[in-house]
Amino acid sequence: MTETELLTWARGPGFQIASIIFALGIMLRLGEILMLGRKANLAEAKGSAMSSGLRTVFSRTVPDAATFKRSAFTVTAGYIFHIGLFVVIFLFAPHILFFKDLLHVSWPALPSPVIDATSVITIITLVIVLVHRLRDPVKRFLSNYDDYLGWFVTILPLITGYIAFHRVGMTAPSLIAIHLLSVQLLMVVFPFTKLMHAFTIFLARWYNGAISGYRGVQS
Amino acid sequence: MSEEAAIPQFNIQIGNDLTWNVQPILHEIRHALDKLLETGETRVIDLRSIPLAPGEEDRIIDTLCCGEVHAKLNALGPSEIYETRFAGVWLVTHHNEENDIIGRFIEITRIPDILKSQHEDMSIAVHQLENELSEAAESNKPETDAETNT
Amino acid sequence: MTKDLSRKDRTLGETLRSQGVSRRSFLKFCAATASMMALPPSMIPTIANALEKARRPSVIWLSFQECTGCTESLTRAHTASVESLIFDSISLDYHHTLQAAAGHAAEAAREAAMEENHGKYLVVVDGSIPNGNNGYSTIAGISNYDMLIETAKGAAAIVTVGTCAAFGGIPHAKPNPTGAVSVSDIIKDKPIINVPGCPPIPVVITGVLTHFLTFGTIPDLDNLGRPKTFFGQSIHDRCYRRPFYDKGLFAETFDDEGARQGWCLYKLGCKGPTTYNACATTKWNGGVSFPIEAGHPCIGCSEPNFWDGGGFYKAISIPTENITKTTMYAAAAGVAAGVAIGATGRMKKSAAGKAHQKVTIDDLEK
Repeated sequence: MTETELLTWARGPGFQIASIIFALGIMLRLGEILMLGRKANLAEAKGSAMSSGLRTVFSRTVPDAATFKRSAFTVTAGYIFHIGLFVVIFLFAPHILFFKDLLHVSWPALPSPVIDATSVITIITLVIVLVHRLRDPVKRFLSNYDDYLGWFVTILPLITGYIAFHRVGMTAPSLIAIHLLSVQLLMVVFPFTKLMHAFTIFLARWYNGAISGYRGVQS
Repeated sequence: MSEEAAIPQFNIQIGNDLTWNVQPILHEIRHALDKLLETGETRVIDLRSIPLAPGEEDRIIDTLCCGEVHAKLNALGPSEIYETRFAGVWLVTHHNEENDIIGRFIEITRIPDILKSQHEDMSIAVHQLENELSEAAESNKPETDAETNT
Repeated sequence: MTKDLSRKDRTLGETLRSQGVSRRSFLKFCAATASMMALPPSMIPTIANALEKARRPSVIWLSFQECTGCTESLTRAHTASVESLIFDSISLDYHHTLQAAAGHAAEAAREAAMEENHGKYLVVVDGSIPNGNNGYSTIAGISNYDMLIETAKGAAAIVTVGTCAAFGGIPHAKPNPTGAVSVSDIIKDKPIINVPGCPPIPVVITGVLTHFLTFGTIPDLDNLGRPKTFFGQSIHDRCYRRPFYDKGLFAETFDDEGARQGWCLYKLGCKGPTTYNACATTKWNGGVSFPIEAGHPCIGCSEPNFWDGGGFYKAISIPTENITKTTMYAAAAGVAAGVAIGATGRMKKSAAGKAHQKVTIDDLEK
């Protein structure tokens, strides 16, 4: 198999397989979660579940002072790499082309040097986050293979993408193919690990807010 | 609008800015000139090894040209050698016999090597001159003999 | 001074001097040669020294499954006088298209050159070799496969000219009816220099031949056997439109404002980022332009399987298959499966609830 063939495979069948597993997995898990349903609350409502739920979806984005004081590092580092991931994945011109092909909508890109710098910051932050996880006794106790696998498949496309952009070590077709395959690995693993939080986080926030709202307490 | 103006221009060097490759090359020339002054080290830049945008070569030449010296060679086709308006910076353009450009160099030197007379050519020249002189001497001799005979 | 030497044994320096070429002309020739070989000008004295002593090698040019585009390209090498000097100093002993001899005489010339220069001659191949049924392409009744094997035996090195000879090229494209393969698929025991391109840049062909003539060695090659001096950097990295890519300025169609402004052609399917060639610096037609400068994306013709690379006008980051449909079907299947699993869970739960029997005091007292 030549490197061009590898790249063509990654761009064709590779993406087919990965998107089938990704979409099927995500919808299956969301379907399962939603089908669980909730028991009807027979108590009288003391406030609006809906408005409190919606508010919480946004309000939890800003950590409260006490949480921030307690774990300033986790919050800050978490924000940096999540925003970094967003910028790198969604605001790089070639990536936007991918989403345009998939979703038929497009948006403006950032200059590639900005993406380049962001990816370096994101990679460094992810490494620091891992070191912190390993050194903090509580975090280490709470971590299992799921956390480490999730970390690995997240940082991998960043590293392979960075190398492909700068063409280090190998020729471009192989590097881009490796980058695409690493993304496909992420897509395949995504629905079955804690990475699923990207889809469940707002759902969970809404439930938390809604429950509090119904009880008439602050969420 | 003239017909020519209607043709789309891909020349990104429209305007007077020293953009893209032009400025870096000028900086490179300046450093090389510094070095020539300090250490006598010469430098040659092959313009064909640089990914120039349309119009950039002309812009570089326009920026540099022209100084006091302009020499023409006739060696396997014409070559043009200009000293640019910056002393010590030369522009050497080689053409082939069909007048296509086969090489264009910026040389930072006191005088481009190609202008100097070459050792091999000079030794051939000495031989040739000697031959011509001796031939002349020989052809002179019989003539004077003939004159005295008559 | 060279009367006692036959023309073939002369060095290039001797040949040139006998033609009355001055040292100054020779230096000019060396400067143009250095530029052509993409070597730094500081190498000119070394080149002069080596060229002075270079002897004319015998070259056998084999044309297999090809379109003659590579030869057409070569004969349009713009540094005409320089090339003619070089080709005066190589002995092109066999080339279907260019030689005067035909039929048996042509084949005899090849055999004679092979015998006379055994172990020293250079084989140039353009075109791929049918390896399914050798009868698909023959010359003078000899199959391409047999001729390659036979001619390669005594060769010092092989230069493949064009993507067909280097990687299989267009004949190798799906469904590859002739079972076309590249030279390196067949010949394993000789140094092979790949000069791909469809066609290759003329000065790159002559540059590689000149390198062999000048230094008598194989140039530094990349992992695909291409000389690094010409194929060391991607088109994208050397493209004058690269700053537009970095700024995020792209032509979206062939006739929009971006196209007119000469912005990056990535979105129009440019294969510059995955293609290694010298087009962006050496350019074509005597340094006049190259495809991207003319407003067309690079099609990646110097890469293996470029013909089957998922479409010339599809950007590299776009999947080659329709994954929108795939994703939608998969998502629908996922919803169905999720609901089914959820429903099964609920049924189990309610069945368990129904089957639940309350334990009474009486039961416990039994």
